[in-house]
Amino acid sequence: MTTDAVSDDTAAHADPPPKAHRSDRAMAENRLGMKLVAPAVVLMLLVTAWPMLQALYLSLFRYRLTAPDEKTMVGLDNYVTVLSDSLFWRDLWNTVLIMVITVAVELVIGFVFAMVMHRIVFGRGAMRTSILIPYGIITVVSAFAWQFAFSLNNGFVNAWFSWLPWINEDTNWFGDHWHSMFAIMASEIWKTTPFMSLLLLAGLAQVSEDMLEAAKVDGATWWQRLTKVILPNMRSAIMVAVLFRALDAFRIFDNIFVMTRGAQDTESLSFLTYRQVIEQFQLGLGSALSVLLFLMVLLLAMLIVKLFRVNLAQARGEG
Amino acid sequence: MAAIEMSHIDKRYDDGFHAVKDVNIDVQDGEFMILVGPSGCGKSTLLRMIVGLEDITSGDMVIGGKRVNDLAPRDRNLSMVFQNYALYPHMTVYENIAFPLRLQKMDNAQVDQKVRDAADLLELNEHLERRPANLSGGQRQRVAMGRAIVRDADAFLFDEPLSNLDAKLRGQMRTEISRLQKRLGITTVYVTHDQTEAMTLGDRVAVLKRGVLQQLASPRELYENPGNLFVAGFIGSPPMNFMPATLKGDQVELPFGSVSLPSHMRDMLKGRDGDLLIAGVRPEHFEDASLVDGGADDGATFSTKVDVVEWLGNETYAYIPFEAPPEVQSQLEQLEKDLDGESMRTQLVIALDGASGIKEGDEARIHMDVSKMHLFDPATGQNLTVDVEHAGTIPGLEVSTASA
Amino acid sequence: MKKGTGLQYWIGFALILVWCLLPVVWIISLSFKSEAETTTGSPQFLPKEATLDNYRAILKDSDFTHALLNSFGISLIATFLSVVLATLAAYAIARLEFRGKKLVLSLALAIAMFPVVSLVGPLFDMWRTIHLFNTWPGLIIPYMSFTLPLAIWTLAAFFREIPWEMEQAAQVDGATSWQAFRQVIVPLAAPGVFTAAILTFFFAWNEFVLAISLTSTPLARTVPAQMSFFVGPDPFNPPYAQLATASVIVTIPVIIIVLLFQRRIVAGLTSGAVKG
Repeated sequence: MTTDAVSDDTAAHADPPPKAHRSDRAMAENRLGMKLVAPAVVLMLLVTAWPMLQALYLSLFRYRLTAPDEKTMVGLDNYVTVLSDSLFWRDLWNTVLIMVITVAVELVIGFVFAMVMHRIVFGRGAMRTSILIPYGIITVVSAFAWQFAFSLNNGFVNAWFSWLPWINEDTNWFGDHWHSMFAIMASEIWKTTPFMSLLLLAGLAQVSEDMLEAAKVDGATWWQRLTKVILPNMRSAIMVAVLFRALDAFRIFDNIFVMTRGAQDTESLSFLTYRQVIEQFQLGLGSALSVLLFLMVLLLAMLIVKLFRVNLAQARGEG
Repeated sequence: MAAIEMSHIDKRYDDGFHAVKDVNIDVQDGEFMILVGPSGCGKSTLLRMIVGLEDITSGDMVIGGKRVNDLAPRDRNLSMVFQNYALYPHMTVYENIAFPLRLQKMDNAQVDQKVRDAADLLELNEHLERRPANLSGGQRQRVAMGRAIVRDADAFLFDEPLSNLDAKLRGQMRTEISRLQKRLGITTVYVTHDQTEAMTLGDRVAVLKRGVLQQLASPRELYENPGNLFVAGFIGSPPMNFMPATLKGDQVELPFGSVSLPSHMRDMLKGRDGDLLIAGVRPEHFEDASLVDGGADDGATFSTKVDVVEWLGNETYAYIPFEAPPEVQSQLEQLEKDLDGESMRTQLVIALDGASGIKEGDEARIHMDVSKMHLFDPATGQNLTVDVEHAGTIPGLEVSTASA
Repeated sequence: MKKGTGLQYWIGFALILVWCLLPVVWIISLSFKSEAETTTGSPQFLPKEATLDNYRAILKDSDFTHALLNSFGISLIATFLSVVLATLAAYAIARLEFRGKKLVLSLALAIAMFPVVSLVGPLFDMWRTIHLFNTWPGLIIPYMSFTLPLAIWTLAAFFREIPWEMEQAAQVDGATSWQAFRQVIVPLAAPGVFTAAILTFFFAWNEFVLAISLTSTPLARTVPAQMSFFVGPDPFNPPYAQLATASVIVTIPVIIIVLLFQRRIVAGLTSGAVKG
């Protein structure tokens, strides 16, 4: 069944639209190009496009793996079930909340990090190494590290921060919704801020020193240089960073799985989908969730791109 | 070795840009041909079509009697020196030079022999084991040439090979290339935007503007008999002076006074009486009148106020501003644009002998050699006083003389 | 602006170091605490008495060592295959004119954004049908396809930086397209390929969703998945020291790679991003 899809695809590729005269070189190039991308394309389609179509198909059935004989076509019923369930909306809210807060915090901290890294003279290597460690570390490990740090019996957070009015030695970070969410977000932010700061650093490096000196001569304050010169010139780097991170955060799963297993209403959409498919064997319902999740990621990507395009156009209009 | 014949070569890119328009150039066996013109004139595209890196939209490219339009670069047996040399940074100088031979699966002894010969010729012996990154600009340039000559290619192609070198080195390498070409006697096509390189290197020079061949002639012919305003303005440094000229019988009215038309031009300008033309005179055809002996030549003398003087020792440049009517002004602005320049005030640049005592602000007497003057049609840019016998090939003119 | 050596930069430097390394030091410290200490509760940062017992125990745990082997095997194989395919594709994208190029790029972009969880259901179903469930290839294949976009982007960015002329020169010198690729481009692209390999390896080493969904026994379970099942019956009282030790061991390769290749990783991470 899978090979059918593949051969269909390559057939579509190989079907040449009639074109004007092409030399040997151009034709050889065309042929070579297609040959070189073919394996990667086939593989990517095999593991994503095909299963996604499968999910679309399965989402129209009531289908439990534990009772495969009862597979029945139910049309859009699964979608109705999902969209009318408050669980879905609660998890969507959690996911969006985590995404917005973590990306916003990472953007600010990441920018500060980038500024420091951009300016510092000594210890660049040491800093680069240490900033890459959270990036490279396994998310599961990060989740464990923070879970233990926040732990009631074995964590240092309560002891270290008990001078803050809302923290004392008996604060149970996994005892209620907001504390748990805080811990989850802390581990997510810790792990992914370095990535953000490296992208922003690359953007910062694009801002020319001459321009900053010119602004200084023109009498711009530190704050004016930041908001009127540095940030507008980094817009594309910021956009890329936000796009990558937002889509990544929207798919949050590992931290929640490790730290709370969804307890205290901390479940995300990815977690919900996983639970339906793997733990409850609800392939039909789970597939409907998969399709919805996919559509939302697509929508989110388009939204971010669109949002920044508008801003880019505005910036051009001002300048 | 082989001749390269380009007939009716056209290049149109997918986006519709028409880069090369109906170009006919025949490069003879062993000839050093220069393709010259400002950026965007299609000279590099033409070169890349010869070597096969660019497809030919229409026309015939014939190398050594064989049509090569559809052949891949490696089947054309040409060698090329690129603007950035395109040395392979992961190979030593030796391996860089040997690369084309290795691709031919030549045996090691033979490769070694050929690489050493080439290295001898280019004085690269001491550097064979170094990597390109550790070489100076001139050395890299020589390695690139080594890679080109090591193989018995039918022709050499150069794509602005000297543009990345500083001025002094550029002069030295220019001589080097010239010597090498003479010695090997191999057909060479050389692309440059620098008119000095074009004049000094080429047996013949093809001047291109926006994809159209303007004139194909020897350097001397180009200099003395430019086919049109563009060629006249492009060849020569400092460039030819252009000024408005009104034809009044046997007289030509210039901004500084009236001069009498040399006899050989009178026939050519029949029926143009009263027309506004553009006169072109090279800077060196002016002189400080006090340094010219006698007055029996074709010269004219006028007096004018000198604005700026630049004394260079052996010669002196003097600048003399003048007013031009709008028709001429707009034509000259267009010309400046075609030449990649910016339009400035209209002024004469004249080259005087270093002994001249003319100073800034002086009211000076200047002598002009009228016989070397050219007159151009302001509408078409055509040189009306061109000596067709000694102007090589001028594409537009051929047709008109043939029909006449 | 001058490069800063002022006080605020030293403070910034120190803060970044603390931010990045504190949790790592914490987990290392925890791994040296004895089981007895963590069972009774030990909120102080450093162990009362450092012990290597946890390391001895975990290296004897065959489930863990097997998971480690799985992680290495699966990640390395997926990385190798993915980078080979990505090199071919990225070269074509950066260098050759061919039909469907835009399509390939959009596909890669779409897959980079793809929610992995969406595939868990259908893949679970498919892999069981064709007997790939709970096997190495069952993880290697999806890892390859999810790392391909990143690898293709990184490599295409590197390929674009190799001057065009280099390859044209090779063609004029008599090389076929393939020879030009093999003898000129590949050696020049080696650093880029290596960088792409590191990023790909990190992804595979880190992957969790598929690892827990498409495996069921230590036969193919990777370390992250194994660790999440380590927790025991009471998720609120996990074997702290044991998990910390496993965390440290699985982080060691990451730290080694970062120490050796930090410059390349940074270049790779930001290469595609700056040009947008």
